[in-house]
Amino acid sequence: MIQEKVAQKAASGEAPMLLSLRNVGKVFSNGVTALSKVDLAIREGDFLSLLGPSGCGKSTALRLIAGLSTQTSGQLDWRGPVDRSNIGFVFQEPTLLPWASVFDNVWLPLRLKGVARAKAEPTVMEMLSRVHLTGFENAVPRELSGGMKMRVSIARAMVTKPRILLMDEPFAALDEITRFKLNNDLLELWQDERFTVVFVTHSVFESVFLSSRVVVMAARPGRVFSELTVDAPYPRDEVFRTSPDYAALCRQASDVLVNAINSTAGPHHDGH
Amino acid sequence: MTAIEDATLKLDPEEARRVRQERLERIGKWVLPLAIMVLAIWLWDRICVWNEIPQYILPRPGVVLQTLHSDAGLLFSSLLVTLRITFLSLLLAVIGGVGLAVLFAQSKWVEMSFFPFAIVLQVTPIVAIFPLINIYVNNQTVKLLLCAWIVAFFPILSNTTLGLNSVDRNLRDLFKLNGATRWQQLRYLRLPAAMPYFLGGLKIAGGLSLIGAVVAEFVAGAQGQSSGLASRIIEAGYRLNAPRLFAALILISLTGILIFLVLSLVSHLILRRWHESALKQER
Repeated sequence: MIQEKVAQKAASGEAPMLLSLRNVGKVFSNGVTALSKVDLAIREGDFLSLLGPSGCGKSTALRLIAGLSTQTSGQLDWRGPVDRSNIGFVFQEPTLLPWASVFDNVWLPLRLKGVARAKAEPTVMEMLSRVHLTGFENAVPRELSGGMKMRVSIARAMVTKPRILLMDEPFAALDEITRFKLNNDLLELWQDERFTVVFVTHSVFESVFLSSRVVVMAARPGRVFSELTVDAPYPRDEVFRTSPDYAALCRQASDVLVNAINSTAGPHHDGH
Repeated sequence: MTAIEDATLKLDPEEARRVRQERLERIGKWVLPLAIMVLAIWLWDRICVWNEIPQYILPRPGVVLQTLHSDAGLLFSSLLVTLRITFLSLLLAVIGGVGLAVLFAQSKWVEMSFFPFAIVLQVTPIVAIFPLINIYVNNQTVKLLLCAWIVAFFPILSNTTLGLNSVDRNLRDLFKLNGATRWQQLRYLRLPAAMPYFLGGLKIAGGLSLIGAVVAEFVAGAQGQSSGLASRIIEAGYRLNAPRLFAALILISLTGILIFLVLSLVSHLILRRWHESALKQER
């Protein structure tokens, strides 16, 4: 139950700050303003979701945090020294090396840091067992299902024990059953390891189920519209998924999201 | 009743028809071309007999086969000469093609600046270049190698360049995130990603290096400076020794087929686990 307290502590804003975005803006070379005046505080141990319609800059924000792109205005303040090995990134697609085995795919980040196969083996195998892929280390991605590929992708992002895990709509392409299962497993992993997560999604249900905080974003220009604290206790499981509390929280988040979408000036399209 | 028969029984008529069709196709794939080949050879033989064509114009297949046997010593030693040039030039084409592709992949500017040279080399007929090479290069082997190389390296270069440049954007980001060096990115990402493209180029280059070797020998052989299969053909032509000419021709095309099959096998072995092209379709 200590974990629960930590989660609540994170949610109530007592955990130390990990990263703050201050007045961050991003304008692309084609003149499109992807992000405008974004303020965001990410605390250690947060499970933070960025929820919003397409074009609201959630992925852009994630790429800025990852250092894959740079802001045109404002700043990102990290607490303590941060290099890229502190950051794990999970893409929308599994993004695996198709020619490499599951083991080699998970080993990759360590390999790039010069860790030899034998030395990396315990860590890689442990990570694979954490994502329930023990026994598949010699399979190639082609031989796995969509959900299993995503598990490999998560294991790869976690193998360096990053302080912050960035996830860009990782489960969007999966069927609902697989998605629920991966949601559960991700939460389990998060509760055991206590890393910080920034999770981009356009699903209200997913964001509420997973996060301690939901940041709702609006489009044109991409900005933070509102922030919700989800103060349901962890661990959350199937019981929570079917509880009235969860339904109420989803409705609340959904209302905010609708407001965010309506606040967008100009014509909006219906795609996610 | 075996389990397999049992399973067939449960298939609906349409599925059963499909299975039958597949089985037929599998057999037909081998039997049909073979049958046509045998028929063509038989027809060739008959035409010679029916029209009483003299042997120095069109020899009968049996005679060609006999010559292949009786002239084996001469022909096979020539084949070895041609094969040596072929494989050496293919090897150089791989080294040169991949090396240049890697160089091009380092920067768009390098690629833009030097690719036209590669194209010029590719589109100029080798027969037209050879007289120049003949003037500038003394060593006979180097002459032939250079010729065959010019013909063979381009498909490898252009395919590998394409492969190196068609890496998934997210994978590139992943490597960047993990602080990969340029070399690591090349070694663990771009080169493996280019492998299917390279192997496609290699299959073409394999055939071309044989063609290059033979053409080079032809040009050189016309001056009596070569002992490869091409010069055997020229020589046989002069002497109206059509059976030997045909025998040499058959050896060359068999070699070409063999090179293609070997390279296809290599490609299949490397790609079979992961690349779409090498996977059997599952239904």
